Amino acid sequence: MAKVAPELQYSDEHEWVAREAGNLVSIGISAVATDALGDIVYVDLPEVGATVTAGETCGEVESTKSVSDLYSPVAGEVTETNSAVVDDPALINSDPYGAGWLFKVAAESDGPLLSAEEYASKNGGEL
Amino acid sequence: MTENYTALYEEHKKLGASFTDFGGWQMPLKYSSELAEHHAVRNAAGLFDLSHMGEVWVTGPDAAAFLDYALVGKISAMSVGKAKYSLICQEDGGIIDDLITYRRPVAEDGTDRFLVVPNAGNAVVVAEALAERAANFDVVVDDASADTSLIAVQGPKAEAILLRLVPAAQHELVTGLKYYAAVEVPFMVAGSSKDLLLARTGYTGEDGFEIFVDNADAAALWQAISAVAEEGELVPAGLACRDSLRLEAGMPLYGNELSREGNPYAAGLGPVVSLAKVSDFVGRAALEALKAGGAGSTSGRKLVGLKGLGRRAGRGHYPVLKDGNVVGEVTSGQPSPTLGYPVALAYVDVEHSEVGTALDIDLRGKAEPFEVVALPFYKRQK
Repeated sequence: MAKVAPELQYSDEHEWVAREAGNLVSIGISAVATDALGDIVYVDLPEVGATVTAGETCGEVESTKSVSDLYSPVAGEVTETNSAVVDDPALINSDPYGAGWLFKVAAESDGPLLSAEEYASKNGGEL
Repeated sequence: MTENYTALYEEHKKLGASFTDFGGWQMPLKYSSELAEHHAVRNAAGLFDLSHMGEVWVTGPDAAAFLDYALVGKISAMSVGKAKYSLICQEDGGIIDDLITYRRPVAEDGTDRFLVVPNAGNAVVVAEALAERAANFDVVVDDASADTSLIAVQGPKAEAILLRLVPAAQHELVTGLKYYAAVEVPFMVAGSSKDLLLARTGYTGEDGFEIFVDNADAAALWQAISAVAEEGELVPAGLACRDSLRLEAGMPLYGNELSREGNPYAAGLGPVVSLAKVSDFVGRAALEALKAGGAGSTSGRKLVGLKGLGRRAGRGHYPVLKDGNVVGEVTSGQPSPTLGYPVALAYVDVEHSEVGTALDIDLRGKAEPFEVVALPFYKRQK
């Protein structure tokens, strides 16, 4: 069963949110999502400096079999994107909560977020 | 829809497969990574459960003449031991299914025997259509799909692996088996010898085999093949990689490239239709008219291969554009794991179907450049 990292918060759209210094958060997608997508082969991330809105699409994640929209779980300005996953999208499958992070946002507000327990019970993940 | 489970369902569960519904069957989608499974089939071997496919026996004195009438190919011209790819069409030329027919040795009483293998989702309709078309022929149509499992071993290591289950004296049966041919081979399964029908056919673009086996022996055969494979030689392979493999090999999938609304000429399967055979066959008049009207060559749409020039893949039903105008539609598309660029099959207006034509695929509102290329996308080195 797919791992759900206990220290993170999650959106209904399967993004995770990690709190960094101040209002800075890093964002990725859960192992539940990467399992469902299959091998990820392409990722389209928002630009640094772009403003993202909680619950709205800001990119795409493409696997061998399908394409999924990437939603921002928070509102704010994108401060950094992970160029390593753009070059090697397989990192998102192999290490979704670590090297497979996607982008960072200086968050002004959060969308509705779930605790790890809530997310796991709703989506069949394992804490 | 009824959920069907193959005789190998428990094996798949043990291997940690994730499942998907395919044609009413719960089938393994992948066991680990579909990309790893794909590469394993290209470089070593993959083990597939194809038990969802149909198996319909056609036997009797008129069997060959009947299949000439029921299918579009000249089945009667096939020698014993050979297999032939064909289509079963409607009166209007629409494709009910694509299927493979194996000609088996005559029965002891001299009757002809053929095994017809339709696709999973079409097995019942094909068996029914055959039974209906058999009315004026001295044949028996027996749908054995429910009792028969089908296991495929595909990839460059397939022959070496299977030889380990066959007595040395019979190795020639396997090594001498030509592509699109089949033979009964004694396989050692669970400590006893079983005569199983082995076909050198497949849907991956690699060398490989398909083995027909009674449901009761399927799990033992699956385990036996797994057991004789050496480390790194064989992986269980699911439907996800089966789809990417067949797409690279430019093989049509029923429901994507082939349908009742389409026709063989548009699908590039004109050579499969034998208008030269003397006898009548279902769909003949319509197919003659389609051919005379230039379907797929000077009129209508034609199935082509598209190579992506960027990184993003076209997907089924996405529009194909020429200078912003819709000139076609994608039927299958994804990134090619072997080639490293996106590939797609699409129906495009014949005037834009020449190899080398620059076209775009509308990727959710953005035009992504593609180019018409010759099929197949991938061809193995022999």
